[in-house]
Amino acid sequence: MPPETIAHHASRDVLRRGARVVWTGIREQRSWFTIAVLGSALYGVMTVAGAWAVGKVFREIVTPAVAAHEVTPQQLATAAGWLGGVVVLNIIGVLARRLGAARVSFNLGAIYRRRVTRQYVTLPLSWHQRHPSGELLSNANADVEAAWNIFAPLPMALGVVVMLLVAAVQMVLIDPWVALVGFFVFPALFAVNAVFQRHMSPLVTQAQALRAVVSDVAHESFEAALVVKTLGRENEEGVRFAEVSNRLRAANVEVGRTRGLFDPAIDALPVLGTLVALAVGAQRVATGGMTAAEVVQIAYLFSVLSFPVRAFGWVLGDLPRSVVGWERVQAVLRAQGAMEYGDRELPGAGPARLDVEGVSFAHEVVDAAGRADLTPVLTSVTFTVPAGRTVALVGATGSGKSTLADLVVRLVDPASGMIRYDGVDVRTLRRDSLRAASALVAQSTFLFDDTVRGNVTLGDPAPDDRVWQALQVASVDDVVRALPNGLDTRVGERGTSLSGGQRQRLALARAVFRGPRLLVLDDATSAVDPSVEQAIFARLRAAGGGTSVLVVAHRLATIAAADEVVFLENGVVSAQGGHEELLARNEQYRALVSAFADDAAERAETAERAERAETAKRAEHAETAEGTETHERTQTAEAVQR
Amino acid sequence: MTELAQTASLSARETLRQGLRISPELRRGIGVTLVVAVVATAGRLVIPVVVQRAMDDGIAGPAGARPDLVLRYVALAGIAVVVTALSSYVLNVRLFRSSEAGLTTLRTTAFRHIHDLSMLTQNTERRGSLVSRVTSDVDTISMFVQWGGIMLLLSLIQLTLATGVMVAFSPVLAVVVWACFVPLFFLIRRFQTLVGKAYTQVRARVGDLLSAISESVVGAETIRAYGVEERTAARVDAAVEAHRRAAIVAQQRSVYAFTAGQGVSGLTTAVVVVVGTWLAVDGRVSVGELTAFLFLVQLFTMPVMQATEILNELQNAVAGWRRVIGVIGTTADVADPGGRGVELPRGPVRVDLDRVTFAYPGGPPALRELTVTIEPGTRVAVVGATGSGKSTLAKLLCRLVDPTEGVVLLDGIDISRVRFSSLRRRVVLVPQEGFLFDASLEANLAFAVPGATRADVVDVVHRLGLGDWVDSLALGLDTPVGQRGESLSVGERQLVALARAALADPDLLLLDEATSAVDPLTEVRLQRAVEELTRGRTSVAIAHRLSTAEAADDILVVDRGEVVERGRHTDLVAAGGTYARLYASWVAQTRRS
Repeated sequence: MPPETIAHHASRDVLRRGARVVWTGIREQRSWFTIAVLGSALYGVMTVAGAWAVGKVFREIVTPAVAAHEVTPQQLATAAGWLGGVVVLNIIGVLARRLGAARVSFNLGAIYRRRVTRQYVTLPLSWHQRHPSGELLSNANADVEAAWNIFAPLPMALGVVVMLLVAAVQMVLIDPWVALVGFFVFPALFAVNAVFQRHMSPLVTQAQALRAVVSDVAHESFEAALVVKTLGRENEEGVRFAEVSNRLRAANVEVGRTRGLFDPAIDALPVLGTLVALAVGAQRVATGGMTAAEVVQIAYLFSVLSFPVRAFGWVLGDLPRSVVGWERVQAVLRAQGAMEYGDRELPGAGPARLDVEGVSFAHEVVDAAGRADLTPVLTSVTFTVPAGRTVALVGATGSGKSTLADLVVRLVDPASGMIRYDGVDVRTLRRDSLRAASALVAQSTFLFDDTVRGNVTLGDPAPDDRVWQALQVASVDDVVRALPNGLDTRVGERGTSLSGGQRQRLALARAVFRGPRLLVLDDATSAVDPSVEQAIFARLRAAGGGTSVLVVAHRLATIAAADEVVFLENGVVSAQGGHEELLARNEQYRALVSAFADDAAERAETAERAERAETAKRAEHAETAEGTETHERTQTAEAVQR
Repeated sequence: MTELAQTASLSARETLRQGLRISPELRRGIGVTLVVAVVATAGRLVIPVVVQRAMDDGIAGPAGARPDLVLRYVALAGIAVVVTALSSYVLNVRLFRSSEAGLTTLRTTAFRHIHDLSMLTQNTERRGSLVSRVTSDVDTISMFVQWGGIMLLLSLIQLTLATGVMVAFSPVLAVVVWACFVPLFFLIRRFQTLVGKAYTQVRARVGDLLSAISESVVGAETIRAYGVEERTAARVDAAVEAHRRAAIVAQQRSVYAFTAGQGVSGLTTAVVVVVGTWLAVDGRVSVGELTAFLFLVQLFTMPVMQATEILNELQNAVAGWRRVIGVIGTTADVADPGGRGVELPRGPVRVDLDRVTFAYPGGPPALRELTVTIEPGTRVAVVGATGSGKSTLAKLLCRLVDPTEGVVLLDGIDISRVRFSSLRRRVVLVPQEGFLFDASLEANLAFAVPGATRADVVDVVHRLGLGDWVDSLALGLDTPVGQRGESLSVGERQLVALARAALADPDLLLLDEATSAVDPLTEVRLQRAVEELTRGRTSVAIAHRLSTAEAADDILVVDRGEVVERGRHTDLVAAGGTYARLYASWVAQTRRS
């Protein structure tokens, strides 16, 4: 969380908004919250009762026994019973409070994580494209957690309210004069705590933000290692890192100084209160206003209450974070829009004819000032893929090929124009019918953290031979056969690491498995060896001409093998026709294709490199997650200690 | 490409010793800090003592209540409280200052050392874990050195002093208190092992959770294209539920551990009162002393609970420290000769490789007995298939790696004897993907020469014919390039890398040619810039495009670690060897129409 966000939320307004978050949480977890609060109230009452029991035991048993120089086992048993009973009830209260509180915050966390991810799978692709994935991950994880962490200290704070009320009554009953001391000390303690949290929160946030900066600089510098080293700038990088490290150091020292200032003050206040109570108490005993035992009781009460009163500080400290987390989560939950599907069934079977008619599309770009602007990506694109034919889409980076691929399978809708399968507007098709008709293999291979089978069938209970058939068309069957558990080997995030090309072929098998009537390949074989790629295309065609193919291609052989080429330049179809024909008549096309050819030999290697970098990044993420965990764990430990 | 030094076997004591050697700040002024710590802790014990005196002498004394006496005690205790608070403040500040200073030293020492390890450029998969050496690993130590170390000490002092006071009041009651707390200590330790295990589970579940959530985000396109929204949501639900369960189990266990502490503390009070009453009847303990025990038991609870917690933190800290020490303890395999090194003279460099063999650890030689001479001022292109060893050649020439056998000579001087400060100025490598920092274009261009003025940068930009490109950017030289330069296209990033090298003005230029296809206009600019940059210098281009080789003065054809052909383009084509074959297939690919 950037410090300014916190600062913004550290207004008075935060109490009101925080109360709304808390109220929402209470409504959703009514029973566990009730248990936690009842437990906390019991704990509060029993903590005060502990002091009262000590006083009672001293007054009625210890003092008379000492005076009489005699004590009966019965008296001792009564004393043990009072004191022990209070302790046991207190413990029951503490258990109910802590276990209840844990349930409330973890249950709420789970509920909201589910709701947020439900949104992620329902909101349209265009929404995803507007939000960086890092942000979405933290919305579902860190922000949900921040929103509901408040429920760890909250029941305790509510119990402390009960505790203070009971203590106040007790003190007044014992002696109004000594009670006055308490009425001064505890509000003061509360005030100091509030001031402390107010000072501390921004400092802690600041330190946390700087910790992220230190990590960013280290990341950047290590990533730039080759440049740093070959230009001999290691020492300058060392200085740059030392600079941010020193800023972090200063921020941490500031945190320590503030804590160092407040902690002793918060410790000292109740002690001073105890001393004043003793002085006043001595006066009262001298004038016969109270007994020695009552003085002990009050002194004890002061020392027992001093720690729990801090719970208010914790709640106040957690509140801004909770509000910010909640509001970020709400932003996702409030997001509107899901793709509307029609109710038509796509008639017929076999390869479908694709018509792209005057399709235009623009990305919305929001600048720093918050003004939205539209950057045109595609302008009046028109072309046809005749049933059973293969059309290659060729264009430089940024010419709009991937957007077109998304439009064709209706992941997004065009601003104007129309996409038709066999003459039917895709917007009128039922979702199932649409998804069964077309399959897209995207540019960046995505595998689920699942088995090979799961990745190919996506849950369709199909016989193994159909899976193997798809794997064979995609030339990945041999690879799978060599895996330790065959079809049941886990791949993806945590599974066996496959090479970039193997992952692409597996993704292709997933598409082939569905037997789509239109197959859209968005540069989906970039990391596959060219000869293997050709074999795959041959098999795709041999699979009965059962599918029309639109392929975004960079390789000459792939382009040359297509029935027709659509050449995109800056979102406009600038030429269309056979490959040879375009080579002969279009200068730009010739230039681009020869650049592709130069590039071809190295593409596989580049893809491999990207793949390795990706693996490294994932390993990093895992480590970072672990780091966060350690931090969380200490926080939890602290919370429990409370 | 060495492995990190193995430090897993380092004992805790040895780890601490080495850690303190690296960060002497941690030890600086520790004597004063300790004195302050003892004062602060002792202050806390004053309260129960004063309460006892005030009770026995001033309130419940034989002479009845004596408010004047109580007032005097209270004033005394008040002073003690203020002194305690002040020394606590001083203690805190001292601790934070020294521990943060020490950790910053550890962090920066490790960071700087990592840049000397060739692992960083050779084994990119390890980067993430190297970052965590200077971030989260150091943070684990910080929790211990800020609080843990001194708290453990204070807890021990507090336990000792409290015990001392208790023994003075009543040895029997002191034994009672100890008898109650010793089992608690072991009980909590046991619980904490269970808690630790439960949290390991939670960590694993968090990993699953993050991976499941990221599927729903990263796989957005695939999920929609295949209509598997429900299935994905169900998978996330399962991971969320598993995490919730694990978290609750872990939380429950730690709740039990800490509640046990509270319970024992409460029950101890009850036992003390009962036993104390029995003792008081015989006059073996006074009512005031018994009252003081109630406070002493409270003083006992916190340190015992804290000590167990801190012992865990100590384990984490030692583990983190060990990992950081492992990095610092790894010797740089390609070392700077520093002051003992020699300075290279200026002017185009002559390069000699004398029977150079290089093998990556555990691998076959990437280059075998290579003997090559490159005359000053020539433009050489190195051509060969992926894995032929051509990139390794570039790494040897700028000493990113040292040969396994043989020597590399620059102007007749063994490259390993050249001071880095000189080598890095004279020999510059332009990598395939020149990394850009999240700063302005100007800062990125001036990266190689920190003292460079704006005029220097403008001059280089114009010399390479990039003036119109810079002018076309929104803010010219002040344009921010974004993280990793992502606001610029791949081709534009290559332009920056070339201009950066030009500003460094090297005498031997190594170009690892970029492979990504760029738009034709940028392509023209790149070619012009390379042309200008290589003029008057010795240059070695790792050519991925045969058009580059065509234009070179000399071509080295590398195959399986050996130079198999050498000569000019026309001669090599005429010779009909490996190069001719490569060229023929390239022509067929590009010019087929």
